[in-house]
Formats: sequence, C-alpha cells, structure tokens
Amino acid sequence: MTNQTLDMCGYACPMPILKTKQALASMASKEVIEVICTDQGSKKDFVAFCNQLGHKLISQRDEGNKIIFNIEKN
Amino acid sequence: MSDLNEMTLIASKGTLDWAYPPFILASSGVAMGKEVTVFCTFYGLNLLLKDLSHLRISPQGNPDMPMKMPFGPKWFQAIDFGPKIPNLLWNIPGLEFFATQMMKRTFKNNGMATIEELREICIDMGVKFIACEMTMGMFGFSRGDFIEGIEFAGAATYLDVAHNSNQDLFI
Repeated sequence: MTNQTLDMCGYACPMPILKTKQALASMASKEVIEVICTDQGSKKDFVAFCNQLGHKLISQRDEGNKIIFNIEKN
Repeated sequence: MSDLNEMTLIASKGTLDWAYPPFILASSGVAMGKEVTVFCTFYGLNLLLKDLSHLRISPQGNPDMPMKMPFGPKWFQAIDFGPKIPNLLWNIPGLEFFATQMMKRTFKNNGMATIEELREICIDMGVKFIACEMTMGMFGFSRGDFIEGIEFAGAATYLDVAHNSNQDLFI
C-alpha cells in the first residue's frame, strides 16, 4: 500500500535522493512512498538516506534494470 | 545518527567537471538533513555567477580524463581516446569547446542533471553559499554578477561556520 509513487528512471545520483526528499516533505508521518529508479548506486544510497533521517526502508527489489524502494516516512 | 549535523565545503575549482562534486555533495547533504554551507573561493567563485554557460572542461594537462564519444555505434563509443591523443593537440583552438560539448552530452546521456539544475535545487533546499569577497575583488567581479541570496564574506567567516561542522571538505 503506497501513498505516492516517484519515477526516477534514467536519473543519475543524486537526483533520486533529492526528489525523494522533496516528495517526503509533502507527506505525512507513516505514509509510504514508492521510488522507482535505475541508478544502481541508489541501492546503498537509500539505505544511508533512511538511516540518517530515521525513515523506514520497508522493501527494496529489482525488476529488470529497475530498483523499487518502499519508504515509510518517520 | 550523529547529533552533529553540519557540513561545510570549500569549492575552489571552476571547470564544468569540477563544478559537479560540490553541488552533488551539498544537495545530498541537505537531503540527508544536514545544514550545509559552501564557501566559494578562487575559481570556485565562478559557480555562483548568474550565467554558468561559460563553464568548460580542460583536457589540457589532464591525462586521466577518459574520452569516449557519446554517439555512434557501440564499438566506437567503447574507444577511449583520452590516452591516445597527444596533449599538445589540445592547444588547437576549438578543441576544448568540442571536448566540453562532448562531455555535456555524456552527462545528459547518463541522466546527470545540469549544473544549473543542481544549483537551483541546492538553493531551494537551503544550502548556504558564501562568495569569497577577496577573490571577487581580485578577479574584478561585482556583487551584481552573482545570483541572489548568497553571502559575501572572507576566510574568517568560513572558519567560524566550519568550527561547528563535523564534515569539512575541500574540493
């Protein structure tokens, strides 16, 4: 169950993180955002991002060359 | 998670390629909840000018720069011309412009934001920029040449901000 989806396919570092941060700003606590991207470096970056800001990385999965993250706002 | 959450950067370079690291790190820093201040000094001052279209790359004296063409068939794109081109050739007028255009296209092909876009995001997200007043005078710039919303100050101001920072980078 996601409240918002953010498609960042084709965008390189640091855009997926920046746009996710901006999207989270307009969301309420416990709401979930789904981020889809193709930047392979973001696999580790989203773990660090969530760790630093206290958001919960609910899931992370690969679909072809896409990586799909589900993040719950803290 | 650390209590200390300030990051300070010194941006000292003014070429197109070296414009990326300070903007990428500064924007990522604020995205991760840090307070970020960038002190732009010497050639880094160029990064705060209203017009950024003059930023170029310089293959001259930069033998480690990979040079792969951003167009054409795959086998052609795989060739790294960097080590094959004698450095002397970069003295030919126009080649630096050509290399800059190729680099811009490579950035675009790889989904990288432009420097203008990254700078705008930095400002929107609250990165503070300090333009080095001394360099500004030395290079003959005036305050009107720079974007709005930045601070003009010197080394002491930077050091004062950096005193509270737990991540301090020189780029």
